[in-house]
Amino acid sequence: MSKNMMSKSKTSVSRRGFLRNAVKGSAAAAAAACTTVVAAPPEANALQRPPKPLPPEAVGLLYDSTLCIGCKACVTACKEVNHMPPDVGPAQQGWNAGGGDKPIYDSPVELSARTLNVIKAYSHGTGATKDAAENGFAFIKRQCLHCADPSCVSVCPVSAMTKDARTGIVNHDPSACIGCRYCVLSCPFGVPKYDYNDAFGEIKKCQLCKQQLAKNELPGCADVCPTGATLFGRTEDLKAEAKRRTALKVGEHAHYPRGDIAGKVGGPRDGHEKLVEAAYQPHIYGEKELGGTQCLAVSAVPFDKLNLPTNVPEKGYPTLSEGIQHTLYAGMIAPATVFAGLAYLAHRNTKNHTDE
Amino acid sequence: MSSQAHEHQPLGGRVLTLPFLICAALVAIAGVILFQRYTQGLGAASNLNDGYPWGIWVAIDVVIGSAFGCAGYVIALLCYILNRGEYHPLVRPAVLASLFGYGLAGLAVLVDLGRYWNFYHMMLPWYAQPNSVMLEVGLCVATYTLVLVVEFAPAFLERFGIEGLRAKLNRVLWVFIALGVLLPTMHQSSLGTMMVIVGHKLSPLWQSQMLPVFFLLTAILMGFAIVVWESVMASLNFRRPMETPVLSKLAGLMLVVASLFVVLRFVDLIVRGQIGQIFGGPQSGWFVVEMVLMISGLALLIPKANRNRSRALFLSASLLLAAGILYRLNVYLIGFTPAVGPWHYFPSVKEIMVTVGVFALEIALYLLFVKKLPVMHAVHPEHG
Ligand code: SF4
Ligand code: SF4
Ligand code: SF4
Repeated sequence: MSKNMMSKSKTSVSRRGFLRNAVKGSAAAAAAACTTVVAAPPEANALQRPPKPLPPEAVGLLYDSTLCIGCKACVTACKEVNHMPPDVGPAQQGWNAGGGDKPIYDSPVELSARTLNVIKAYSHGTGATKDAAENGFAFIKRQCLHCADPSCVSVCPVSAMTKDARTGIVNHDPSACIGCRYCVLSCPFGVPKYDYNDAFGEIKKCQLCKQQLAKNELPGCADVCPTGATLFGRTEDLKAEAKRRTALKVGEHAHYPRGDIAGKVGGPRDGHEKLVEAAYQPHIYGEKELGGTQCLAVSAVPFDKLNLPTNVPEKGYPTLSEGIQHTLYAGMIAPATVFAGLAYLAHRNTKNHTDE
Repeated sequence: MSSQAHEHQPLGGRVLTLPFLICAALVAIAGVILFQRYTQGLGAASNLNDGYPWGIWVAIDVVIGSAFGCAGYVIALLCYILNRGEYHPLVRPAVLASLFGYGLAGLAVLVDLGRYWNFYHMMLPWYAQPNSVMLEVGLCVATYTLVLVVEFAPAFLERFGIEGLRAKLNRVLWVFIALGVLLPTMHQSSLGTMMVIVGHKLSPLWQSQMLPVFFLLTAILMGFAIVVWESVMASLNFRRPMETPVLSKLAGLMLVVASLFVVLRFVDLIVRGQIGQIFGGPQSGWFVVEMVLMISGLALLIPKANRNRSRALFLSASLLLAAGILYRLNVYLIGFTPAVGPWHYFPSVKEIMVTVGVFALEIALYLLFVKKLPVMHAVHPEHG
C-alpha cells in the first residue's frame, strides 16, 4: 500500500463515517420504498397506468368453435389474399416435397412467418364426439387478437407495430422494423412470428386484412367461412353476439349470421339456422383477457384445452411495464434531477483529482 | 502533484502471446459463423425460434455482458461521486473493461437483430416509440458507450502526447463522469423492466415489479465483483502486487449489496405470495442454485479477516459473479416459457461459438490495450 494512499485514508475518516451513515440510510429508504411497491395490492399499485379502452370503431372477428367444421378454407383464403407462401412442417416434408423445394400442399401446423392464420384441433380419448372435452374433439382458430392494450405495440422501439386509433387494427410496418423480435417475445398470445431462414427475415402477423377492408371487402377468413364460424364485425356487436350464444341452451334453434355481422362489409349474406348441440362455455375468450381483445372466441370446450392462455390478468401487461417506465421517466424530471446532483458532485470531486 | 502525470503506465511486453492467439482464433471461428448468419438468416447459425425469439445472444452477450461492463460504473460512482480517492488506481482498468463490455454488447445486438440494416431507426426521433423500454435501453447504452470512449480518452491522449486536448478534456470530464453514473443506473434497471411485460410467461420466482431494482442491484454487485476479479487476475498474470487493501473495502460493499439483494428477493416472494414456489415449483432448482451461489459468496465475506485474503476475495467475487449471471439468465431464458405451444430452446454450438468469440474479442482487446496504453496504475518499486 502506498504512503499516498495511507494518508488519504486517514484524512477521510470523518467523511467515511458520514458516508457509512448515508449508505445505511439510503439502503433503508430504498428497502422501505421497495416494500411499499410490492406490498400494495395490484389495483392500487402506484406503478400502474390505466388500461386502454377499445377504439371507437374497433373491428374484429368472432370465432365460434362449435360452428367450425375444420375445413381450413380460412387458412387457404388467408394465404391467398395476403400472398403468403405455402408452409410445410418437418413431419410433412417426406411426402410433400414437390419439385425441388417447391412444396405442392400447404400444411401448416402452427402460426409462422408463412402462416397468419391456422386451424388447430383438440382431441381426447376416442375423439368420437365433436365439441366434447371427454372423448371428443374441437377446433380453434389462431390469429392475432388485436388487443385493446397490445404488448407488441408497447414494446416496439421504432413504432413498427402500431394500433390504428380508429379501427384498433394492429399493423406492422416492415420498413421501420429492426427485427429485434421483442414483439414476438412479449405477445401474451404467441402471435407475431419471424422468418429465421431468411437473411432478410420479416415479422409477420394477421393485420385483419386491412387491405381488403379498405376496398369494403371482408377479411379472407371471414369471407370464405361456410358456417359463419369466423364472423367479422364491430367488436361491440360481436361481443353482444357472443353473449347471446353463450346463453343458448342445448336443443335450442339459433340463427347464425355469416360474413359481416352488420351485413355491410362485403354485402349482405344469408345466415343459417342450427340446433345447439353442445353447451357453450360461459367464458367469452378475449372479453376480459389482458385488457380485452378485438377478436373473440366462444367454445363448448374449455379454452385451456384449446391451448390458449387462461388465468391471465384482466389488465394488459403494458399497464405494469409502462407504469414503471412512466413513473421513473415522466418528463425526464427524475433523471434530470439525478444528473444535476451527480454533475455537482463530479465537478467538485474531480477538482481534487487534478489528473483525471 | 506532478508525479501524477506518470501515475499510469503501459505494461509493455509481447502482444502475440498464447492467450492472445487463442482469443484471435476464437474470434475467427465466430467470424465464419457470422458469415453464415448474414447470408442464410438467423436460423442457419442459431436455434432461435418463435417460442424463444431471444437466446444467448441477448441473454448472455447483451444482458450479462453489459453487467460485466459495470466495473467502470461502480468505480466512477465510488471515486468521483462519493469522492473516495483510494479507488483511483482502479479507474482506468475498470473503464477499459466497461468500454469493451458495452462496445461488444452493442456489436452483439447487431448480430441478433433480424433487420440490422434498420438499426439506426432507434436514434431517429420520428421512429421513436416512447413507451418502449427497449428504446430507452438502446439509447442509454449507445450514449453510455460514447461516454466510456470519452472517459477512456485521457489514457489515449496521454500515450500519444496530445496534452493540449487532454487538458481541455479534463476540464469538462465531470459532465461525462456524471453521465457515466446516471446512464447505467437507468438502463441497467430498465433491463429488468424489459421482462415485466412478458407477464405470466416468466415464472413467478422471477416475475415481479421489483425486476428493475434487482437488475440494478446485480449490476452494482457484478461491477464490484468484476473489479476484484480482474484486479486479482492482473496481479497474478502480470506479476503485480495484489491491490488487497483497496479490494477489501470493495468487499465490504459487495457484502452490503448482496445481502440487500437476498433480503429483498425473499421479501418480494413473500409479499407476492409465491414463496411456496421455491419448493418444487417449475424451475425451482435454478432458484435454489442462484441463492446458494449468492449466499455462499456473501457469507465468505462476513468474517472481516477474509476480506483481506486475496484467495477468499477471489472466490467470493467468483461466486457472486456466478450468482448474478445465473439470476439474469434465469430471468431472460430459464424462467421463461412461451405463451402457446411446445417450444424448445438450447443454444446451438454455432450460437455458443459466437458468444465465445465476442468474449474472446473483449479479452484480446483488453490485453492489447493494457500492454500498449497507460491503463494500469504504475507500481513504484520504492512503495512496492
Ligand atoms: S395478440 Fe399479440 S400480436 Fe396481436 S395485438 Fe395482441 S399482443 Fe399484438
Ligand atoms: S421486431 Fe420489429 S415490430 Fe417487433 S418489436 Fe422489434 S422492431 Fe418492433
Ligand atoms: S383477418 Fe385476414 S390476415 Fe387475419 S386471419 Fe383472417 S384472413 Fe388472415
